[in-house]
Amino acid sequence: MDLLSNLAIGFEIALSPMTLFLAVVGCFLGTIIGALPGLGPSNGVAILIPITFTMGLDATAALVLLTSVYYGAMYGGRISSILLNIPGDEPAMMTTLDGYPMARNGRAGDALVISGVASFVGALLATIALALVAPYLAKIAYKFGPAEYFALYALAFATLGGMASNNQAKSALASFIGLGIALIGIDNNSGFYRFTGGNLHLADGIDFLVAIVGLFAVSEVFFFIESHGKGSSVGVTLGKVTVPWREIWSTRWTMLRSSALGFVAGVLPGAGASLGSFMTYMMEKSIAGKNGGFGTGVAKGVAAPEAGNNAAAGGALVPMLTLGVPGSGTTAVLLAVLMTLNITPGPTLFADRPDVVWGLIAALLIANFVLLAMNVPMVKVFVRILQVPPAILLPGVTMISFVGIYSLSGSYFDLLLMVGFGVLGYIFRKMDIPTVPVILGILLGYQMENNLRHAMTLSGGEWTYLLSSPISVGLWVAAALGFIAPMFLRRYLRKPQMVTD
Amino acid sequence: MIRTDRILGVVVVIVALVFITSAYNLPQGNLFDKLGPKAFPMIVAVGMILSAAGLILRPDPEADWPATPSLVSIALATLVLIGYAYSLKPLGFLAPTAVAAAILSYQITPRPLPAILTGIGLSGGLFIIFKYALGLGLFAFPRGFFG
Repeated sequence: MDLLSNLAIGFEIALSPMTLFLAVVGCFLGTIIGALPGLGPSNGVAILIPITFTMGLDATAALVLLTSVYYGAMYGGRISSILLNIPGDEPAMMTTLDGYPMARNGRAGDALVISGVASFVGALLATIALALVAPYLAKIAYKFGPAEYFALYALAFATLGGMASNNQAKSALASFIGLGIALIGIDNNSGFYRFTGGNLHLADGIDFLVAIVGLFAVSEVFFFIESHGKGSSVGVTLGKVTVPWREIWSTRWTMLRSSALGFVAGVLPGAGASLGSFMTYMMEKSIAGKNGGFGTGVAKGVAAPEAGNNAAAGGALVPMLTLGVPGSGTTAVLLAVLMTLNITPGPTLFADRPDVVWGLIAALLIANFVLLAMNVPMVKVFVRILQVPPAILLPGVTMISFVGIYSLSGSYFDLLLMVGFGVLGYIFRKMDIPTVPVILGILLGYQMENNLRHAMTLSGGEWTYLLSSPISVGLWVAAALGFIAPMFLRRYLRKPQMVTD
Repeated sequence: MIRTDRILGVVVVIVALVFITSAYNLPQGNLFDKLGPKAFPMIVAVGMILSAAGLILRPDPEADWPATPSLVSIALATLVLIGYAYSLKPLGFLAPTAVAAAILSYQITPRPLPAILTGIGLSGGLFIIFKYALGLGLFAFPRGFFG
């Protein structure tokens, strides 16, 4: 069977000592990043990217390290949700609803174990589903021409934007600003400089890593200065941790249902892990009914969102790897990694670089077991790390960001740009303007323009060519629906603020 | 009523107009590149104007801006970071990092001694990690500082 032989290739790579070591380090760092309030998967991965490059890791190694961080952060987010009632990262928000009440009832240990097992089930099933689904999607993607890709990018902006803000105009604005930033610099087709204002530093364009680190990591400092790090203390103490086997068994259907729904939510561009956990919690709440006790600290209430957000994290890798279109903030950051390493995600990735794809999938399968071990028996270690005060953590994050970006280019101009993006990120997030579409625009702008120009050249300037195949028509219809539908659903489905995963 | 949404909308419209005038001078497409370098920027600029118009016409309720002292604090932090960006190369890693980290730390939790210790600790600790564990080419002190 194809799958098994592919996985064999993957495990051969993943089981090398170096790759295993990176996976373990990534899981450890990721759990910390997820657990610390103020650091989530997207800014955690963002600050690690420059450091990864300066270490000279190859594509597979870098990807294994960073996706382990991504998975780890999804596990870790629940720790502070349960103990502090502060989500460690955005997708763990729903876990506070039942996790914190459980902890207040003296069952913090049980809540951590149940949610840890749920995370494991969600992530493991999603990784298996990724291995099954991705090759098929990659085969379909071979049929895509420039017109279809242009439509696909539009779809990504529409759905991601449609979900990311409570105001469609603001999402659209964020996307266009991102695209506008991507246009700055030399035009590779004609050789003309565009929008540089004569500034030589801008001739090569704005590096998306600078924008990502600025928008995601530096802006966080400003939020902590505004709040003076308040609301990050009083926690619940954690007693002895035992495994409540019967209670875990009682949530088995919840975990399976939530994993399935979470995976689907992750595959859809724009939904991502935060929405995955939101949808699964709501689903389980309505299945359990009024007597289910959701919100008072029940096992199903922590199992559902954790299985959901971890499954969504795996699902979000599917469109990123097969189509080169990220479904969420963190996968956008991972796409930036691939692009910097000169790897073009998309259908050809599966044919040309099976080592990267299958090595990654195998490493993720291994990472899951490492994470289960870290997050259930060793959870106390991370609880201790949670006590790092923000007055040390946030300056540390800023300095790491500076050194990371500085080591990439050695230019003070990039550092200034990064600070600028930090301020912009603060203002945008205050105004409920989502920052993920900005990143997406900077990342995809070049490809989007190229595909449009290519399509127009092929058709001799005939705009109807963009709608000439059933696939592209379907994509445009989906894009329109994805952008408009949230306006009508908003009454029932208010998005949690500031989705940044 | 003037709201931040409207101000941003106007700023974006101005930027988009600059974009359009700047793109206007780019050449037309040719046989091998039908659209040329100017069409897509025009589309993006029009998109910017349309969505900015949405903000100007139907602004959201005003964002929850912090009080003036916090704003001053954030502005100061921005200046510190800009200064840090300029000084990292000429002054070496240790001194600017310690100062910048201490100021940021003090701004988050205003206790002087822990802030100073945080600055020194972060600067030294990160230097060791970056230089010796990750092998980055950082300079601890200004070049030529010790002769």
